Amino acid sequence: MAMKEEIVRKIAILSRINVSDDELDNISRELGSIIDWIELLKEVDTQSVEPMTGGTDIKSFKREDIVNDGGYQEKILKNAPSKNDNLFEVPKVVE
Amino acid sequence: MMSELTRLTISKISKGLKEKKFSSFELVSEYLNEIDKQKELNSFITILEKSALESAKVSDKKIGNGQSGPLEGIPIGVKDLFCTEGIRTTAASNILNNFIPTYESSVTSKLKDAGAIFIGKTNLDEFAMGSSNETSFFGSAVNPWKLNNSDKPLVPGGSSGGSAVAVSANLCTASIGTDTGGSIRQPAAFCGIVGMKPTYGRCSRWGIVAFASSLDQAGPMTRSVEDSAFLLSIISGYDPKDSTSANIEVPDFKSLASSTAKGLRVGIPKEYFSDELDSEVLNLWEKGKEWLKDSGIEIVEISLPHTKYALPAYYIIAPAEASSNLSRYDGARFGLRVDGNSLDEMYSNTRSEGFGKEVKRRIFLGTYALSAGYYDAYYLKAQKVRQLIYNDFLDSFKNVDLILTPTTPGTAFPLGDKISDPISMYLNDIFTVPASLAGLPAISVPCGLHSNGLPLGLQLIGRRWDEGTVFNCANILENSSSFNKNLEL
Repeated sequence: MAMKEEIVRKIAILSRINVSDDELDNISRELGSIIDWIELLKEVDTQSVEPMTGGTDIKSFKREDIVNDGGYQEKILKNAPSKNDNLFEVPKVVE
Repeated sequence: MMSELTRLTISKISKGLKEKKFSSFELVSEYLNEIDKQKELNSFITILEKSALESAKVSDKKIGNGQSGPLEGIPIGVKDLFCTEGIRTTAASNILNNFIPTYESSVTSKLKDAGAIFIGKTNLDEFAMGSSNETSFFGSAVNPWKLNNSDKPLVPGGSSGGSAVAVSANLCTASIGTDTGGSIRQPAAFCGIVGMKPTYGRCSRWGIVAFASSLDQAGPMTRSVEDSAFLLSIISGYDPKDSTSANIEVPDFKSLASSTAKGLRVGIPKEYFSDELDSEVLNLWEKGKEWLKDSGIEIVEISLPHTKYALPAYYIIAPAEASSNLSRYDGARFGLRVDGNSLDEMYSNTRSEGFGKEVKRRIFLGTYALSAGYYDAYYLKAQKVRQLIYNDFLDSFKNVDLILTPTTPGTAFPLGDKISDPISMYLNDIFTVPASLAGLPAISVPCGLHSNGLPLGLQLIGRRWDEGTVFNCANILENSSSFNKNLEL
């Protein structure tokens, strides 16, 4: 079943990706058929199952809170599409 | 002698370099010639001609002085998903077309420290999302193998397609790929080479362009099992910069690979059978069992009951993580920027122009699965199914040491055949995705040719952190199948 167009439009906005009216139909159908296929998961009984949240069972540990890195302002700005002084420059946000 | 150089394994090249039979400079020059001759394979996004030749001179000096590292002077292809300092790193995406990292990934640092030479950055599916290499912004890499009596170009598999092609076509000695749902193993099978995805956490992910963080792992793509084991020992190890990398000892995989396998038990999961499976894939699987039996290994039928849910669970989890990871490409700090009248417009213009079709499709899927009202039904559900899939493996590993399956349901297919049908493309990974979800080590070993002329691989899946046993049995498959011997390697 094709995904509802209003849902596709909402997802597109959340994703910050433009979807033209021409593309909408195709995307609705494609996403719909993938979701239909994924619905297979519904038949699995997962009532007493804890979700697996990562790829490893290694326990996380705390490290000492010390500064051992940093001072890379120049490196960090090196790939900036637009910079002003030592800052990233973006279109005006506040009027 | 010279033209044979490009076909040698790491161990043979190391020996030749030390014995001064040839120099690293000669070796790199040979590969660069081959790369030029086989340009139509499109296996590299960036060829590092100048720096590779310069590094080769340095390596030759070190070898002369007896100061060589374990990979000294060995030319390696690096998937263009690893950040390399001062070398453009694109992830095969328009959005990173101009990105030159100011830092080196942990895995490539280890390779450099070992003396390896980077001959080029290899082609891949955009952001490693694909099973054919066709989603690359730079065009697909092409499989060097051909169907009998046909010149049709075939896909190399993906996403590490360029890395597989580079090794298969003798354009470098070995390469490094990444595997999220099969991206090392499937192209290795399609191109007739060895591809190893280690245990999740074995190699640091720091500096690898992220796709799905709970699944991504780096791994070697090589001509032989021995090379695979050797290379994995070098790129493995704890890294404080990746909190999911394991702080445990890295064994000498190469020596484990050649130890005795007698007495091991190998499981055959009945759920991997299907009537739709290519009969020649089935026959090769049977042969694999016989080869193992002949080496004193017991074959046991096992059950992994949740197998059929692995792919649908993967296509929720991986896109969900991807949609989150790829939110960083906003045109503000690095990569492509397409201007707009507002900040929001700049974001969406940049992302619309920068991402290709498959990447957008997965961002949409992931955003949907994580959005309010759908999270429990899709994302949480998929995580629970993932746990059940892992439990299946844990149960099986109480009875067996390894699991043997085909790597792929069939051979490489012609370019263009599946790209317009996402689900049929996703089904390529049906045998590789379960081990990815469970975080288990798994290898693809080339074991034979289909009657259509193309290579087929068998997959061995092991317990977490037990790559040694995986390599051990992989060695038996390699020797018994004589795949490499038939290629006169």
